[in-house]
Amino acid sequence: MVTFYTFIFLPLLSAILVPFLYKFLNRQVHTGWFVLIIPLSIFVYLLQYIPDVAGGKTYVYTLPWIPTLDIQLTSYVDGLGLLFGLLISGVGALVILYSVFYMSKEREALHNFYIYLLMFMGAMLGVVFSDHLLVFYGFWELTSVSSFLLISYWFERRSSRQGALKAMLITVFGGIAMLAGFIMLIMMADTYSIRELIANVDLIQNHVLFIPAMLCVLLGAFTKSAQFPFSIWLPDAMEAPTPVSSYLHSATMVKAGIYLVARMTPIFGGSSVWFWLVAGVGLITLLYGSLSALRQTDLKALLAYSTISQLGLIMCLLGIGSLAVYFGPGESGTVFTVATFAALFHLFNHSTFKGSLFMVVGIIDHETGRRDIRYLGGLLQVMPVTFTIALVGGLSMAGLPPFNGFLSKEMFFAAVNEVAEAGIFGLSHIGLLFPIVAWVASIFTFVYCMIFIFKTFGGSFRPERLMKEVHEAPLGMLISPIVLGVLVIVIFFFPNVLGKYILTPALNAVLPMMSVTAYDLKISAWHGLNLELLMTVGVILLGVFLFRTTKRWIPALRSFPQKLTLNHWFNQGLEGSEKFSRSLTDGYMTGSLRHYLIYIFSFFVILLMASLLGFYGLSLDFSKDAPIGIFEAGLVVAMIIAAFTVLFASNRIVAIVALGAIGYMISMFFVIFRAPDLALTQMVVETVTTVLFLLCFYHLPKLKKSIERLSFKLTNLIISMAMGLTVSLLALAANGHKLFEPITSFFENAYELAGAKNIVNAILVDFRGFDTMLEISVLTIAGLGVYLLVHQRSKRREPNETE
Amino acid sequence: METLIVILVGIFVSIGTYLILSKQLLRIVLGASIVSHAVNLLLLTSGGLKRGSAPLLGEKEAGFTDAMPQALILTAIVINFAVTALVLVLCYRAYQHFGTDDMERLRGHEHE
Repeated sequence: MVTFYTFIFLPLLSAILVPFLYKFLNRQVHTGWFVLIIPLSIFVYLLQYIPDVAGGKTYVYTLPWIPTLDIQLTSYVDGLGLLFGLLISGVGALVILYSVFYMSKEREALHNFYIYLLMFMGAMLGVVFSDHLLVFYGFWELTSVSSFLLISYWFERRSSRQGALKAMLITVFGGIAMLAGFIMLIMMADTYSIRELIANVDLIQNHVLFIPAMLCVLLGAFTKSAQFPFSIWLPDAMEAPTPVSSYLHSATMVKAGIYLVARMTPIFGGSSVWFWLVAGVGLITLLYGSLSALRQTDLKALLAYSTISQLGLIMCLLGIGSLAVYFGPGESGTVFTVATFAALFHLFNHSTFKGSLFMVVGIIDHETGRRDIRYLGGLLQVMPVTFTIALVGGLSMAGLPPFNGFLSKEMFFAAVNEVAEAGIFGLSHIGLLFPIVAWVASIFTFVYCMIFIFKTFGGSFRPERLMKEVHEAPLGMLISPIVLGVLVIVIFFFPNVLGKYILTPALNAVLPMMSVTAYDLKISAWHGLNLELLMTVGVILLGVFLFRTTKRWIPALRSFPQKLTLNHWFNQGLEGSEKFSRSLTDGYMTGSLRHYLIYIFSFFVILLMASLLGFYGLSLDFSKDAPIGIFEAGLVVAMIIAAFTVLFASNRIVAIVALGAIGYMISMFFVIFRAPDLALTQMVVETVTTVLFLLCFYHLPKLKKSIERLSFKLTNLIISMAMGLTVSLLALAANGHKLFEPITSFFENAYELAGAKNIVNAILVDFRGFDTMLEISVLTIAGLGVYLLVHQRSKRREPNETE
Repeated sequence: METLIVILVGIFVSIGTYLILSKQLLRIVLGASIVSHAVNLLLLTSGGLKRGSAPLLGEKEAGFTDAMPQALILTAIVINFAVTALVLVLCYRAYQHFGTDDMERLRGHEHE
């Protein structure tokens, strides 16, 4: 167990060491050589699981993380995880080897590069081996973050930053949706473990949250795997260094969504929504990607769209494969099991040929300084080895024998043909679309593969258009693509070795109910003269014809209006939302104190009135009122007059004096209502306050004695009336609802308990002395504040200030 | 009696709010003072008015008025005084510094 975790966390742990290595050794040795050891050792370690996993064994390792919340780092090793683990570590090793020769040790900040890359590798291994949903999500977001860092590796370029931002926004949006879906799943089955979710699938499938959870999880998978319409981040992510594009954006990270869909198939598979979304979106993405790839002139953009298209193909196959869950074990179920098998097979194949093709583009870029096919041509004469690799990868991508792409494409055709005859989920009406769209998309795929190979390497060689003296790439750079290219051919000739040891266990993980053995599924290059083969022949014939006539129709395709592209809409949406929130904020954050007070007061009035009238009704009770005496009535009238005087006074002194009058009258109220201490304090405080007011404005020579008349504003009037009404009503309602007797009778024991005859004073200093202490602090702080305000004037004045 | 005081409080709050919504600093401080008077009166009213004698044990009467609100009001008066004093000096300094007491013109700096 410890060994397993050592290897899973090896990339993350060793990322810490990279800067030290870089600092001490970079002058002599490329840091990449040391980093290379890590994926290699993981790869070798994972290889030893193959025999056991192929024999149907699985491994579960648990490392407690937050036991009280039931969060564990549970690792589950089965066929699917192992397939991905081997791809991640294997392609990772090749990419790092390639990057040793691609990235200059003099010019580049290599320590950053390898830290990000190792972070990504560790995160990706965590994703594919995690059984705990929340841990899975954690690693998932770490792949987004490390991808963000890698895309913006050359952060001084504007386009890199924009590409990274776009990728981040889209993938994190999907990631959070996925988290919501996971939480729904956790609620439904009351477990965090994916294995237990699959075991309790009955609980989930009849739950009301089934469809929402599915949509949220799919949103995460589609954004990560660049499915239509979330595919727009992938072409922009090509601003990353080419080894990164090769590793993240073709072989591994974009397959995380595929992995998620495959993992969730036993849970969601068999429902029509799942089938239509996964297969339908996959098919649309396949067509959209292949059509868009034709428009590109930049080699990396072409490969990016081709990646989108191939991911769509795999997604479509996974959708078709989920029909097996619907049919269950049996003849018609087995037919669709083959589709899932094809998905896994193509996933593996795609990693091999797309990885090598990106490396080829990197070599071309590195050796010629150009990546645009309009400037390239005739490289066959100078770069024969690179050309051979490109030919192998390109023809495999196009689906020609004797390369592995041919096998998986044939299986794809077989699957879409079966779908047309499935006869469920409304397929009998439009099921025929599947083979037609797939076939058309394959033709486009063939054409862009031809463009990729022959516009770059064919034609006449024109060195004057290139930035550098062109020659074949160094051997070290060629090793990795050669290894991948050899794999492409080897898999064509010996597909069943891969099928038996790696793909069948993976298939059993995706469709556990089918219990397939290696003998059920044999891949054969020649399987008789059938419809699939005819379709491939059709693809080649039409594809060659279209490639011959590219000059006629490619310009038309390239003049596709920019305004209708998804990118344009994304940018418009982003700009629009920024503008909208800006104008919204500018609209209510005016900077005027009056406006803010109006918001606060109206909120207060609306909330209190609504709850007062809406929930409790207004019950008034005047029966306990004390009788009104003549003195009180007179005082009230006088106070109202004084208050209006303050309101309408046009002279400063009048207003201040009227306010003082109110204060004195209140102190008379206190006398009448038997509060001697209050009357005393009120009298003194009012005197001092009035003096302060007068002093303050007496010493303001510039300020005119008279003030402007209070301007009338209807809004202010309405709001202040409403405020007064609310407070009055609230007080009346509270008066009518006396629920308990007051606790004052306790304080009447003041003499026995505190030795004081004045109850108010006993409360202030004895029963509730803390209030008084803090009140004294308030007074002290206010005094200090006044002192500072008065005395700091000359010291703080800034020299350039006018006043 | 309580109802009458509550109506008085309502009028005070209305006038105070209207003053607070005006644009001169001095009027805002005056408005806040009036509102604080209203709050004190409301506190006193909530304890019931005119029930028994002043809360002094020397008086040999049957009952006393509620002493608790009185203690609270006493605290509130002093805190109000402290805040009013501080705000007044602040207004004074603001006027010295900016040369205006118009709230609409006290905008600080644009952070653009």
